[in-house]
Amino acid sequence: MGHYQWNWAIVFEQVAGTKEYYYQWLITGLGWTVATALCAWVLALVLGSLVGTLRTVPNKWLASLATCYVELFRNIPLIVQLFLWFYVLPEVLPKSAGFWMKQDMPMPEFITAAIGLGLFTSARVAEQVRTGIMALSSGQKNAGLALGFTLPQAYRYVILPMAFRIVIPPMTSEFMNVFKNSAVALAIGVTELTFQMRQITGEYAPGNPIEVMTIVSVIYLILAFSVNRLMALIERRTQVPGYISGGGK
Amino acid sequence: MRKILILSAALATAYMGSVQAEELTGTLQKVNESGIITIGHRESSIPFSYLDDKQKPVGYAMDLCNQVVAAVKKKLNKPSLVVKLVPVTSQTRTALMVNGTVDLECGSTTNSKERQKQVAFSDSYFVTSVRMLVRADSGIKSLDDLNGKPVVTTTGTTSDRYIKQNEQGHSIDVKNVYAKDHAESFLMVETGRAAAFVMDDVLLASLIANNKNPKDFAIVGPALSVEPYGIMMRKDDPQLKRLADETLSTLYKSGEVNKIYDKWFMKPIPPKNITINLPMSEKLKEAIKNPNDVGI
Amino acid sequence: MDFDFAAVRNSADYLWQGFQYSLSLTAFATCFGILFGTLLAMARLSSIKSLNWAASAYVNLFRSIPLLLVIFWFYILVPLMTGVQVGAEKSAYLTFAIFEAAYFCEIMRAGIQSISKGQVAAGYAMGFTYGQNMRYVILPQAFRNVVPLLLTQTIILFQDTSLVYVVGATDLLGAASKVANRDNTPIEMYVSVAIIYLVISFTLSRLVKQLHAKIAVIR
Repeated sequence: MGHYQWNWAIVFEQVAGTKEYYYQWLITGLGWTVATALCAWVLALVLGSLVGTLRTVPNKWLASLATCYVELFRNIPLIVQLFLWFYVLPEVLPKSAGFWMKQDMPMPEFITAAIGLGLFTSARVAEQVRTGIMALSSGQKNAGLALGFTLPQAYRYVILPMAFRIVIPPMTSEFMNVFKNSAVALAIGVTELTFQMRQITGEYAPGNPIEVMTIVSVIYLILAFSVNRLMALIERRTQVPGYISGGGK
Repeated sequence: MRKILILSAALATAYMGSVQAEELTGTLQKVNESGIITIGHRESSIPFSYLDDKQKPVGYAMDLCNQVVAAVKKKLNKPSLVVKLVPVTSQTRTALMVNGTVDLECGSTTNSKERQKQVAFSDSYFVTSVRMLVRADSGIKSLDDLNGKPVVTTTGTTSDRYIKQNEQGHSIDVKNVYAKDHAESFLMVETGRAAAFVMDDVLLASLIANNKNPKDFAIVGPALSVEPYGIMMRKDDPQLKRLADETLSTLYKSGEVNKIYDKWFMKPIPPKNITINLPMSEKLKEAIKNPNDVGI
Repeated sequence: MDFDFAAVRNSADYLWQGFQYSLSLTAFATCFGILFGTLLAMARLSSIKSLNWAASAYVNLFRSIPLLLVIFWFYILVPLMTGVQVGAEKSAYLTFAIFEAAYFCEIMRAGIQSISKGQVAAGYAMGFTYGQNMRYVILPQAFRNVVPLLLTQTIILFQDTSLVYVVGATDLLGAASKVANRDNTPIEMYVSVAIIYLVISFTLSRLVKQLHAKIAVIR
């Protein structure tokens, strides 16, 4: 270790044999990380809210279907799920569709990763949403129904708005998780931040892995911190006077 | 008793010739004092340096390196010199060389100008050409045929830059896709997710040799890059460097190198008795005729 | 399209080896993670400022960066620091123990905080020192309260061990992927691995749920 030749300026050096610089690679990587995480998050919020709500409805069939969905996506490791979407799905589809997925689909790794990560995260979001709904007293739902709301209306105007406020704190950590989990996308070749780090510390600049890894780690810390602040802001903005958010506990 | 000592010393000096007159420096001095020489080897760089079924490092580079070690033993007059084997990876090899953990690295390391800033290389013992592996029925023959097609690169390697670097490559646009290791890159071509896998020809040849249907694949196109491999050692160590170069030269002149080459590239090799089947390239023949350590 | 699930049977021994590694990695990381995590939790709750700060920094650091990145860190750093090529499998033991400790710490902290102030005060009143109080009064109860959470985290940990695949370790997924690449059987291999993970994780999480209900009744 004493012979390690420190060179923090490595990121500002040009990549041998190209016109690019290492910091440009890292910025590209950050771009893909953010893009993958945000796309996955939007998908996870939509699907997760839907599935989470369905788990609380009186209809047994719908509820157990939603439960199956959650158990399926929660009990298989993310990386295996991505492999199923990326390596297995195109092979089990009809030949032409599989071929299209493999060669002609635009940005196949990115789209696969965003959808795969989105589905994985949606199961976790669904659990939070369900917990949020369950935490509300049944009085709220009944009050809504008594006011003449149909069940969907009661969900739409009474239950969900409150439930969403309750779940903001646990959602913060899920939102942070989606950024962290987006690193797994490198396994199917998304050129996100950790991928770029791997690429640089491989044969391009094998002499200075510590500097590159440190810089990448700091970027993730900044990302996590920003997400945390953003969610805190949202929590303050959406507070209902007289109702302590996170009151589910 | 004293006479015998003097006599044996004199004999030893005579036996080892005039070189012995010079004082040992660098690695040889270190090895002489410690009685240990440490070889850095790879674990799966077939057929250069890898573990066989008994977990023993073997290969083309290992055979050549063992000759250098034999020369070291002879020069130091230490037949019982301990040879320590330390596995290295592409990530650790330079660091472990610089910090003194290994004395010679016998693997498949490209002698590059970039690396020469940190370490030194023996004369080249292999020259690899970067070419492309495609499905035999794909009709791909040259770089132009790759326009708009996905090309796979193994993460952590530099092959994604070769197409861009190549003059013919400037005018074409390929989709870069990435896989974790060479086996996975190969699978990408096999399943049709990538049209080509650009890599060192020797690696491509051994991947094909390992496949169930070797006839389905072909190595095509021009050499996108030519890279000489050398035995890596520490910088500014002229004694060891000269010893290594002399050892290789002797093997080259006597034609012994051809036998060693055939053993690893043209005949079945352990652990699975596959044959890589890669005849010696013109570039390597040239490097054997005129040994050099120029690097790229 | 023809599936060759015989490929799974043929490589069963190799997959079993990988699976055993996954299990041993999970077991090791759980034991050391809980041990180290408990110490961290005590540090986080201690009145010594520097200790407190260091433990929080540790926990927040590891909870903010991807596990994958940490796997790469240790994979590259350990050989650089020690000069010994320990290999992907061994370096993962260290990685997971250190990484998971941060998560187990938060669980243990919640457990310790769930013990009422009155009990702590009662312990001190009986003449217990801080250490004795922790050892005999707080930790046993805290531990019991959080057993379901610890087990849930262990299931997550078991799934997370599949990430060692990226550094080429031969865990269950690593073994399957090596076979898949060699024999061109990604469908058979990855589907089998998914089913194995699904069955194990689902069964365990059901058991934890039952346990949780039981503990809740006792309380």
